[in-house]
Amino acid sequence: MSMDSRAELYQQVILEHNKKPRNFHKIELATHDAEGYNPLCGDHLSVYLHVTGDIIEDVSFEGEGCAISKASASMMTEALKGKNVEEAKELFRQFHQLVIGELNPEKDAHILGKLAIFSGIWHFPSRVKCASLCWHTMNGALENKESITTE
Amino acid sequence: MITTTPMLDIKKIRKDFPNLDVTVHGKPLVYLDNAATTFKPQCVVDAVEQHYSQGASNVHRGVHYLSEKATEDFEGARRKVQNFIHAKHPSEIIFTRGTTESINLVVQSYGRAFLKEGDEIIITEMEHHSNIVPWQMLCEEKGCALKVVPFNEDAELIWEEFEKVLGPKTKFVSVVHISNSLGTINPIAKIIKAARQYDVPVLVDAAQSISHAPIDVQALDCDFLAFSGHKLFGPTGIGVLYGKTDLLEKMPPVQGGGDMIASVTFEKTTYNVLPYKFEAGTPHVAGVIGLGAAVDYVKSIGFDAIGEYKKDLLDYGTQVLQAVPGLRLIGTAKEKTSVLSFVLEGIHPHDIGTIVSDEGVAIRTGHHCTQPVMKHFKVPATSRASLTFYNTKEELDALVKAIEKVKDVFK
Repeated sequence: MSMDSRAELYQQVILEHNKKPRNFHKIELATHDAEGYNPLCGDHLSVYLHVTGDIIEDVSFEGEGCAISKASASMMTEALKGKNVEEAKELFRQFHQLVIGELNPEKDAHILGKLAIFSGIWHFPSRVKCASLCWHTMNGALENKESITTE
Repeated sequence: MITTTPMLDIKKIRKDFPNLDVTVHGKPLVYLDNAATTFKPQCVVDAVEQHYSQGASNVHRGVHYLSEKATEDFEGARRKVQNFIHAKHPSEIIFTRGTTESINLVVQSYGRAFLKEGDEIIITEMEHHSNIVPWQMLCEEKGCALKVVPFNEDAELIWEEFEKVLGPKTKFVSVVHISNSLGTINPIAKIIKAARQYDVPVLVDAAQSISHAPIDVQALDCDFLAFSGHKLFGPTGIGVLYGKTDLLEKMPPVQGGGDMIASVTFEKTTYNVLPYKFEAGTPHVAGVIGLGAAVDYVKSIGFDAIGEYKKDLLDYGTQVLQAVPGLRLIGTAKEKTSVLSFVLEGIHPHDIGTIVSDEGVAIRTGHHCTQPVMKHFKVPATSRASLTFYNTKEELDALVKAIEKVKDVFK
């Protein structure tokens, strides 16, 4: 499925996650956290992770942004829960490839699951960062960076 | 009594701008992003094209025919700009890359040479980042302090606050004439007059105002004025710094190179006269010629007609947008120009921008390089429709219709 029209960018799944974002709170005893900021549009979010051993036991986010960035963060937290750190990094890598149009979920092997819905967002270059900000922030948190910016 | 209302032949004017015929997703383009950049009339495109296809020589260099012709066109455009802003001398018109470079030139030259530790610089809360950051850089280097005059809930400058910070420590005032994100028209004549009591130079950021109303730098008595060609229906990459001769004379050059020198030896270089002292290197000849054509074009339409037409558009736009449930206008100054910034309850401006774009409507969404303004109104960003004289009421109706689509998607 391509996403070359607005109707496909604002699919029901994305609108629904925007309306009711999952894991939208702070984890008080987070082992990792970072703040992400997109100076271009003012999107601003924090990602919290609780990692035990190698397993992401809990992950959440807070902040404000557009529907795309909120939905992407919400779906990211769902996808990451229970994964190990290496899998999270692989998901980040694949998601990045997806949103810049270098991974085609219909042809290439992937572990993206529901996240494949963001396929084709590269048709909207100014919106790619909205979808990827939470992932960069999550990756930064795992690497113990405190703040991430998309610029 | 008979009053004559200057009328714009809007159909004819729209034909002058080939860019207005573009279609987006099969729909006619509705271009409402004129505060970011304006479209170029065909005469500007032609002037630039003609330079590159039939002129294309360097200026102030050769004695051959084309170089002399280019120099004549180039200096002719300088005089057009001089007349346009009513400067006393053509040598007070310095060509830069744009408003940002013009402001930076003043900061780097005047600021570094004449400001010192403890001196205060006054700006306002509604400045574009380009009139904040260069001064902050100077403050860091010199130990000067930046004083910021706040605005009220209608986005009008609070005069008493300006009077509070203006004093013997003030050594420079740099203010935006018209806010790009709010549309507010600041009382610059009053500000300049007040600054005179302390003999403080005033820079006016005219990026938005240059296309809005006639500017007379001598009547205003401003010391510096900065603007860009591309917001005045001219090319990108060309801008103007106006400065009073006595100030420009005593300011050191910022860039060294060709054209800005009178003579060079390894022992000593003497600088060229104004304005060349500040124009090192080959200038943007085509840009200057295009700007000259843009100035001619705006003059041919006339600011009386432009002003009247835009006021009518602004009133209409304000009325139809205010009628949209859940929409809040940001920037409601009594004195304002045709900028309509707004937020929609529960919907992020970026989502609005993308969805209305699908309907062919081009608006700007984001912080508009005025993050302190966003902070003041406690919003991360706004959507902004900015209008000029080729826009129509039908286009404002199209915007409202597109906003209804946005609300449908998010209902």
